[in-house]
Amino acid sequence: MTWHEIGTYAVAVFLLIGAFFTLVGAIGLFRLSDAMTRLHAPTKVGTMGIGALLLASMTSGFVAGVGSFHELLIMAFLFVTAPISANFISKVNIHMKSSFAPPDAPDEQTWSTLIERDGDEGPESGSA
Amino acid sequence: MKRLLNWLFPHPAMTLLLVIVWIILQKELSYGMAVFGLILGIIIPRTTAVWWPDRPQGFRIGRMIAYIILVLWDIVIANIQVAWIVLTRPNSKLRPAWIIVPLDLRKPEAISVLAGTITLTPGTVSADMSSSGSCLLVHALDAPNPDAIRDEIKQRYEARLKEIFV
Repeated sequence: MTWHEIGTYAVAVFLLIGAFFTLVGAIGLFRLSDAMTRLHAPTKVGTMGIGALLLASMTSGFVAGVGSFHELLIMAFLFVTAPISANFISKVNIHMKSSFAPPDAPDEQTWSTLIERDGDEGPESGSA
Repeated sequence: MKRLLNWLFPHPAMTLLLVIVWIILQKELSYGMAVFGLILGIIIPRTTAVWWPDRPQGFRIGRMIAYIILVLWDIVIANIQVAWIVLTRPNSKLRPAWIIVPLDLRKPEAISVLAGTITLTPGTVSADMSSSGSCLLVHALDAPNPDAIRDEIKQRYEARLKEIFV
């Protein structure tokens, strides 16, 4: 086996792993019961699925001799932004009461999503 | 001289990061591109300095790299667990739960990293933060024992982050 063949098989394995996790993410989104549990499947399984697909793309680039690290950047941006969109969606879910209600915050606080605001001026400590 | 340097590089780490990102974005490395990256690395932090008044203090890069490797490993394990739950567990046997994680961390950067880590790892999503910033609200996909998950987050991630952001 030459390096070229090993590289080709590695690309195939990464593609299969990526496709599998992406499919599981889609199945989870479809089949889980309420809005908050449904959020889990795409946020987690999606990062892994796309991560493996990007790894396949990068390996394929290096095998063909035109390798670059662009995929690493995509992965880095994805891992930084995925939690933020998940956080936005869960905040919306809390507002819409689409899951069972969260427990009250301890020590007479409230959750920052649920703070009552007068007009547009929110309390300064409330911005998360 | 020192003031000039401070004015040119309000955030040296951000300048370095921008230069590296710019170089990776290029197809091939040339001096011209590196210099252009440096120019961007000066202009962008300078023009956005108003919104970043303080330089983050006390950050241990070595421990952060170890932490990133640990989290990447956990993400792989967590994905297999979540995939297993999604494929095999019927909805009626799933025990989703809200978990309150009290925070010892105080720095906003450290709390953001912790919240991001929670979202990326084992069947948990960080949903909200309490009004005074002393605890996080976390949703777990399957939590037979919510206290165990809370303790694991505190021991595995928060304790390490306390060492990183001193």
